[in-house]
This record gives sequence, C-alpha cells and structure tokens, in this order.
Amino acid sequence: MSLVSLPLLQQFLLVLAALVLFTSFVLLSQARLVSAIHAFAWQGGLVAAVTGVVAVAGSSGHLYFSALLTLVLKAALIPWMLHRLIRRLELERHVESLRWPAIVNMVAVILVIFSYWLVLPMVQQELAFTRNIVAISLAVVLIGLWMMVVRQQAVAQVLGFMSMENGLFLAAVSATAGMPLVVELGVAFDVLVAMVLFGVFFFQIRQSIDSLDVDRLNRLTETVDEEADLEFSAAPRRPHTVTARPAAVEEAE
Amino acid sequence: MDHLLNAAAPVAAVLQAMLYAAAAPLLVGWIRKVKARLQNRRGPSVLQPYRDLRKLLAKEVRVAHTASPLFRAAPYIVFAATWLAAATVPLLAVNLPTAALADIIVLVGLLALARFFLALAGMDVGTAFGGMGASREMLVSALAEPAMLMAVFTLAMTAHSTNLAGVIDFQLSNEFALRPSFMFALGGLVLVALAETGRIPVDNPATHLELTMIHEAMLLEYSGRHLALMEWAAQIKLLLYGTLIANVFFPWGIAQSFAAGALGMGIAAVAAKLLLLGAALAIGETVLAKMRLFRAPAFLNLALLLALLGLLSHVILEVGA
Repeated sequence: MSLVSLPLLQQFLLVLAALVLFTSFVLLSQARLVSAIHAFAWQGGLVAAVTGVVAVAGSSGHLYFSALLTLVLKAALIPWMLHRLIRRLELERHVESLRWPAIVNMVAVILVIFSYWLVLPMVQQELAFTRNIVAISLAVVLIGLWMMVVRQQAVAQVLGFMSMENGLFLAAVSATAGMPLVVELGVAFDVLVAMVLFGVFFFQIRQSIDSLDVDRLNRLTETVDEEADLEFSAAPRRPHTVTARPAAVEEAE
Repeated sequence: MDHLLNAAAPVAAVLQAMLYAAAAPLLVGWIRKVKARLQNRRGPSVLQPYRDLRKLLAKEVRVAHTASPLFRAAPYIVFAATWLAAATVPLLAVNLPTAALADIIVLVGLLALARFFLALAGMDVGTAFGGMGASREMLVSALAEPAMLMAVFTLAMTAHSTNLAGVIDFQLSNEFALRPSFMFALGGLVLVALAETGRIPVDNPATHLELTMIHEAMLLEYSGRHLALMEWAAQIKLLLYGTLIANVFFPWGIAQSFAAGALGMGIAAVAAKLLLLGAALAIGETVLAKMRLFRAPAFLNLALLLALLGLLSHVILEVGA
C-alpha cells in the first residue's frame, strides 16, 4: 500500500479532494435552495483549501494567490450574491425535491466510475502526486452537468454550472499545478460577470413566465398556454358544460 | 510462555463475552444520564438499567393465549444470537480464539438472524402494533444492510480481509495514514448504527407513542424475563455497534497480548472510547428531532451513498497513489 508512503500533507490533499466530491453529491440532492447555496460555498472553500495545500506541497508561489482568489470569490462573494438574489426573488423557502432521488444519486455514482475509467490511462503515466484528483475533478464537472439536467429551477441550474467551474479549476490545479495567473484572473472575472448576468436573467425569466421553473419555457407561445389552461379548468366541469350546452344553444336561437 | 498464552487466550475470550453482557446496561445508563443532564434533569442513576433488568427477571411471565411456542422461544434466540455476534467483535484484545469466527459477514448474518426472530415474534400474537413494528423494522433493516455491507467492503478492500481482527491488525501494524475511504465508511457505519439500534433520528427508544415506535412495538406483548432478555439483547446490540465503530476505526489502545497489564490497558482504552461515543450519541439525540418514518429511506440512502463514496475513493484515490 503506497498511500502510507505519501507525506501527511499529500494524504490530507486526497481527503480534501474526496470531500469536494462529497459536496458535489450534497449539492445534487439538496432540496432547499438556501442549503444548496451553503453546500456550494463549502465546495468553493474546499477547492480553495486543495489549491492552498498544493501550493504548500509543491511550493509554487502563484498558487497561494489563486487559492485566496478562489476563497474570496467562490466561498464568499458568489454565495453572498446568490443569497441576495433569492432573497429579492423571494425564494428563500423554496423547496424543490427531486422526483427520483435514489436514481439521480446512482447515476451520479455511475458518472464517478465513468470518469475514473476515462482518466485511467492518464493515471498510469505517473505525472504528479495529484494525478488521482483528476478523476475526482472530472466527476465534479459531470455531476454539475447532471445537476443542470435534473433540476428545473433556474437558480439550482446556475449552482450546477458554478460547480462545473469548480471541477474545472480543480482539474487545472491537480493536473498541471495551476494555470498561468493571467488566465486564472480572466476566468475569475468571467465567473463574476456570468453571475451578474444570471441575476439579470432570473428577473427577466420571472417577469415573462412568473416562475423560475425552466420547464415552463417550453410553452412559450401564449395560445398554447391558454389552451392548456382552458383544458385544465374545463376538465372537471365537462359533464356540467355538456348538459348546459343545449340550453345555451336554445337561448341563442 | 507459549503454554501460558494458550491457557490465557480462552479465558480472555470468555472474559470478553461476559464483559459484553455485563457492560451493556452500563452504556445505556450512561447515555441516559448524559441526556438527562443536557435536558437540565438530574436523571436516574447510571445503574438504573441493571435494576430494571433485575426487576423484570424476577417478575412473572404472562403470555397471550394466541401465542405459539415461537413466541416463548424468540427471546432466547434473539439474546443468544446477539450475544454471540457481540462476542466476535474484539472488545479488549485482538487475536482471541473467537477471532476465527470474527468475520464481518458472519456478524451481519447473526444480527439478521436475531432481527428475523424479533420480527416473527412481533407478528406472532397477531396484535396490530406487533405487525406494524415488524414491518417497519424490516423496512429499516432492508435499507440498512446494503449500506453496512458496502461500508464493510471498503474496510475489507483496504485490509485485504473481511475478518475484524485482521482489519484491526492491519490498522495497528501499518503507519497512520489519512484515508478518505475510512472517513466515508465511518460516516456510513455511524448512520447505519443509529438506524439499526433504534436511536433518535429513526426510532425513539424512550417513547411508547404508538404511531412512532418501531422496536418497542414488537415488544409490547412481552413481560417478565422474556422482556428482560429482549431489552438486554437491544443493549448488547448498542454496545456491539459502539465497539465496532470505536475499535475498528480507532483501534489504538487495544491489547495485543494477554498479559494482565495489556488487558487492563485495553479495558481502560475501550471504556474511554465508549464513554466519548456515548456522550456524542446523547448530544446528537438532544440536538436532533426524530424523523418521520417515510424520511428513513432518505436517511439510509445517505448512509449507502457515503459507503459507496468510501469504496470509490478507495479505488480512485488510494490504490493508484
């Protein structure tokens, strides 16, 4: 068993990476929006911790800066913005439970296995001690994508998107000891701008369809919507209307 | 010396089994005491469970006239199976003669046997509560067992053995390593233990409220020494899970030889670990509220997920490293 031969710091790194994967699962199956935002903040904090530990273990100076940047941005600023957003949208008590939680979780587990299988040839190349984390980060990306598929609520989908970004960042840190600082700053700025734009979009979506349930975007034309509404309201009263119709016809005559 | 060892080993094994039966009520008393203190009550003495057992053992047995012989036999089978299961879990020392039996899958099987007879006895008299309790117990255990086995497999894959003594030996003989897989397996096993021993998020051991009880519902028809045996078995089961968690994940201090000093050290270490664990359980039970029964599957799904993540993180992070 070669895990024992690794220094304690690198073992700690593996524990942190495993916890990042766990927060991904928490995020996926969290029904309450506020708790999901907290889980996302934890994930950001853990990714920042991984970056910090890689910086200490590999002694690469600019990683300290990107750890700090991640901590401020992903664990504090973006969760705070999301919090403010859902308070203004009055979604604090919003609960959206998954329809088949066990199946959703099992698919996520399959995604983890798939990403491990995908990364296997790379692991055998013996690149760096962090190479095992690449599989984890790929799994985090895929689970974020899966979250965007299974969730109907726009804010939850944004959380999935942001956790995909977390996974990509983790992959960059673990595979190549971090991107150049310019790229990192650019990505951080992009994420921030995306967050602001998402906020604007939320308000737009809610203004046009009165809800943030993205599934309702399928029924955009008003006629279809009205028909659906008519069918809905008419369905229980149908026998009534059938008997009433001859009378109405007579009256018209 | 070798001769002495051979003579001491069976004595230690018997001592350990006796200690399980003797210390189980004490752990329950300790948990109740801590819980009472946390609720600003003085609470009964730590020895109260012993007094309850003595009182029940002295009382007359009343059996419903619809009961079959199985109803009379079940307490003895449940108690024996649980006690045997407990005797396989190393409490004071590893490498006991019972270690050959101490396979984790055997342990799960023995506990399943006890549960099977408990559920049968619950349904035997034909009262509504007995059947309801039995069906709930089976719901919980059907979901808890895969999670427990998955957690156990995580340990087995790391230690290359499904033997409990083997796992503990592996932990002690290797240098300390932070293992993400053990962390997740520990989480999963704690959740399973809470569900299986009927503690608060799943079942409330202190209530006789008919709509919520699981374990108590099956025992409603029992009285006298039958009830004493059933309750004693439940207490031993709690001690068993506590020891399993304490000794498999934190084995430091357990005796590896049968010298008196090492055994004394083993007793002190396991007592300290169990006191801590009991206090943690009491705090958890004070902080948490009991879940609705239909939330229990979600709770156990989390246990299964944790155990699965343990298995996966072993494969992904630890084997390749």
